[in-house]
Amino acid sequence: MPLSTLALLASFTNQVSASPKLALLAVEFPYWATTLFKLLMAFIAVLIPAGGTVYLYLFKMVSFMQSRLGPMEAGPYGSLQLMAEVGKFAQKEDIFPARADRFVFAAAPYVVLVSTFLLVLVIPFGPDAAFANFDVGVFLALAVSSLSVIGILMAGWASASKYSLLGGLRAAGQLIAYELPLVLAVVGVVIQAGSLNLQRIVQAQVEGEIFGWGALGNPFFLTQIIGFFIFLVAVQAELAQVPFDMPVAESELVSGYMTEYSGFRFLLFFIAEFATANIFAFLASVLFLGGWSLPPFVTDIFGIDSYSNAMNVIGPIVMATKMLLLTFVIYWVRFTYPRFREDQLQRFAWKFLIPLALFNIALTGFFKVAL
Amino acid sequence: MTATQPNIDRRQLSYIAGQAADARVNVELEAEGMTLNIGPQHPATHGTLRIVVRLDGEQVIEADPIMGYMHRGYEKLVEVRTYPQINTLVNRIDWLGSFANEVPFILACEQLMGIEAPPRAQWIRTLFFELSRIANLTLFLGDMGVQLGAVTPVFYAFRDREHILNQIESATGGRFHPNFDRIGGLKDDLPAGWVDETRRALGHIRKFCDVMEDLIVGNEIFEARTRGIGVIPADVALSYGLSGANVRASGVDWDLRRDSSNSGLVYDKLDWKVWTHPDGDSFARYWVRLQEVREACHMVDQLLDSIPAGPIMAKVPRIIKVPAGEAYVATENPLGEMGYYVVSQGGLEPFRVKIRSASFSNMSIAPWVLKGTYVPDVITILASLYFILGDIDR
Amino acid sequence: MIPLPSADTETPEAGSEAAADEGRSALLEALTTELGDALVDSHLLPGKDLWIRVATEAWGSTADYLRNRQRFRFFDFLSAIDWLPSPYGRSLDAAVDNILEGKGLVGDGDDEGDDPTTHAPSGAGAGAYAGGETRFQVFARVYSLTTKLGVTLKTDVGNLGDPLQVGTWTGTYPGVDWHEREAYEMFGITFVGHPGLRKLYLPGDFEGHPMRKDFPLLARLIKPWPGIVDVEPMPGVADEGDAAGGDAGEGAA
Repeated sequence: MPLSTLALLASFTNQVSASPKLALLAVEFPYWATTLFKLLMAFIAVLIPAGGTVYLYLFKMVSFMQSRLGPMEAGPYGSLQLMAEVGKFAQKEDIFPARADRFVFAAAPYVVLVSTFLLVLVIPFGPDAAFANFDVGVFLALAVSSLSVIGILMAGWASASKYSLLGGLRAAGQLIAYELPLVLAVVGVVIQAGSLNLQRIVQAQVEGEIFGWGALGNPFFLTQIIGFFIFLVAVQAELAQVPFDMPVAESELVSGYMTEYSGFRFLLFFIAEFATANIFAFLASVLFLGGWSLPPFVTDIFGIDSYSNAMNVIGPIVMATKMLLLTFVIYWVRFTYPRFREDQLQRFAWKFLIPLALFNIALTGFFKVAL
Repeated sequence: MTATQPNIDRRQLSYIAGQAADARVNVELEAEGMTLNIGPQHPATHGTLRIVVRLDGEQVIEADPIMGYMHRGYEKLVEVRTYPQINTLVNRIDWLGSFANEVPFILACEQLMGIEAPPRAQWIRTLFFELSRIANLTLFLGDMGVQLGAVTPVFYAFRDREHILNQIESATGGRFHPNFDRIGGLKDDLPAGWVDETRRALGHIRKFCDVMEDLIVGNEIFEARTRGIGVIPADVALSYGLSGANVRASGVDWDLRRDSSNSGLVYDKLDWKVWTHPDGDSFARYWVRLQEVREACHMVDQLLDSIPAGPIMAKVPRIIKVPAGEAYVATENPLGEMGYYVVSQGGLEPFRVKIRSASFSNMSIAPWVLKGTYVPDVITILASLYFILGDIDR
Repeated sequence: MIPLPSADTETPEAGSEAAADEGRSALLEALTTELGDALVDSHLLPGKDLWIRVATEAWGSTADYLRNRQRFRFFDFLSAIDWLPSPYGRSLDAAVDNILEGKGLVGDGDDEGDDPTTHAPSGAGAGAYAGGETRFQVFARVYSLTTKLGVTLKTDVGNLGDPLQVGTWTGTYPGVDWHEREAYEMFGITFVGHPGLRKLYLPGDFEGHPMRKDFPLLARLIKPWPGIVDVEPMPGVADEGDAAGGDAGEGAA
């Protein structure tokens, strides 16, 4: 998969550079300015939601679930706690274990983070507010998402720790097993939308009709409810969140591949973990919840055209809302369930999720032809 | 060059030291293969237990618990302490249910001295015995979730256990180490209003038990992780000296609260039930402890209703000298059977005290039960056997 | 200063005591017939407990008999005891203690001339049930779930010069493993046939056997116990001479 990812990236370089225009502002910018702007936006699109969800869910919601207050001292209502944490991590000594493979150990967090940033590349936030509009966006997203496993394996191997190694191996086995249901769950959507282009998938949901009633559009989570479920489960596993957190397993492997990391490199893993959660939530909302679009009856009320420039501003807000909804589910599950065992997880993937996904594809195909 | 040279040397040295440490562990086990050190610093070992496991993939070929990182030598220390002073020491054996540690020792001394605490003292003793059981097992009920990856239950456990600790504190002055039991009775009487407060605290615990039943016992993943895992047949359990909920989870209907002839506790005057489970797996051990907390609430309720009036101290001399003799008294502590074998030669201090602590025997089955399991199951089995490190190392 | 047992502590549950006594007597009888001469001594406290002392050679077979024929399935504990009176003197020989003993204020000077090695190995001291002749004694306890009776077994393993050997129980009660290892490191008693007789608690290079009486507890030697300097009256005791307890309990709660 990683090899094909590189090939894909190479072939897309042309496409990305072919549209140096920001339709949002309807002004022609020089190529360097657009690139710079996109770079900045990519950082914002990754880091702001990550910080937001960490504060909102990891610090506060979970605290309330666990009948405690969470951070209260840093800033009003503890809102600056994240800054304090980042400052703390940044100050820490950069420790390499004595027998670590230093280069691989140092590079691993960046590899994981790269996968996160490549993922955000394809997510559309509005009719024109996308970093790149690929025809095979779904394919790219699923391909680059598996890049992170290389980073995790690198971290597990290079740490020269048995716990890390076990964690890395578990992560590899798990991510490979859950890549498949993730892909297969999306196939149903692709069949229904008839495109691999994420913008088209959104468009198909806006313009779709439920038995001739188009006020809601046709968000695919209604017809692809099985696919949506499989996708969420697979995402949970892909993110190594409870109940699929064997690679990090605090109580067994003492954070697995992250055991030996501290300071800034640990922070990078941390960011990657939570940013990827958000981006998968973005992806899920594009694929199943109608993406940046509002339901047609809402746009009708306010008299906005679904593809107008205004949606480039409203779209990101809609996306953020849907993302928060989905990440809420992710964290809710994370802090409620115990974790599976490795073999149970594999069994769950191969014997339940994948057959279910195949069945879903067959069902979707049947209705696609029949209707 | 000169600056980096010592650096490299140090790295080489640490490498050699690491290799040597690995080699030593391997020699200890007379084995080769991947050796994984679980502990002494590991979140699953509740302190400083170290388990050296030899792995084939993630399957355990051999597990060897290594203790002693917290050995405090109580059996030696008590030989130079007076009987009332020993009470303070033994508090620290099972630090989650401290009061329960005092009781068998005090009972052994009373048996040797031939005295008996007055009824009110016996009642309150039993009451605190059960409260410390609740305080201890509540934490287990939450902690088992953490070991399985569910973080939330332990917070509920700490929250609701707090109510019980507050009650223990308000009566004894100590949250963790009450040091409340005395030879011949108790240190103090209950404060005013304590009975009603305790009833309220029990309400929290009952609710907590229901939540745990819902959140953990009823969870499919929890069942998948614990059912059929770490099965200990009754006969094996007994010959390894397992006691308490561990052996009751293997279907053995045995509880020292009911089956021992000790005087000094009033279990025979209560209406209660010994819970057993036939399966003998991790799930059974959790389930039995959950029921035991409920049963303890039930018992405390009855005890609160029926505390007799009267003195709390029997007639004891000011300076306690225990007549020569030997006595073994064991009680059903939160972790299992805890007993003290006291040998007295008639002095101020015991001649020898053998502390039979529950976790020591409960953990001695670990090499047997861990063989052939997987690393994740090692954690759940250890958690379900439920040990307190102070109770192993003493 | 031993308090006389008051009448009410003896009376309750006389019937059940007799029943338990019956069980223990029957057990003792069975053991006597089974072991014969190997059963050296026994002590029966009616309603409380049963102690028996067996010959060292019969240590293993006694366990086997108890587990397999008498259904003593539960292994309780195994440990050892060193009957040597502490060569460092009674560490609690405080002024108050001496007064109680009627010795007057002697201080702790009497143990200074003592050399630990000169102490002759002695048998069981005062108060030893089913006593013994040698300094080291191994004792263990097993319990029967069917009769709800426990029995404490003892055996003499010898004095300091002897090999200090006794057969292992690991074949009968696997749970004895750690207990024997503990007795091995703490007392230096070898359990013949034990599969892995290593140190349990102590580091591998630790020298000595800490639970032996001649192993000094350094903390006490460096800073001896000051003695009972100030005795706080026990609750319910009005003043020191009068031991009439029990007014404090009334009235509260």
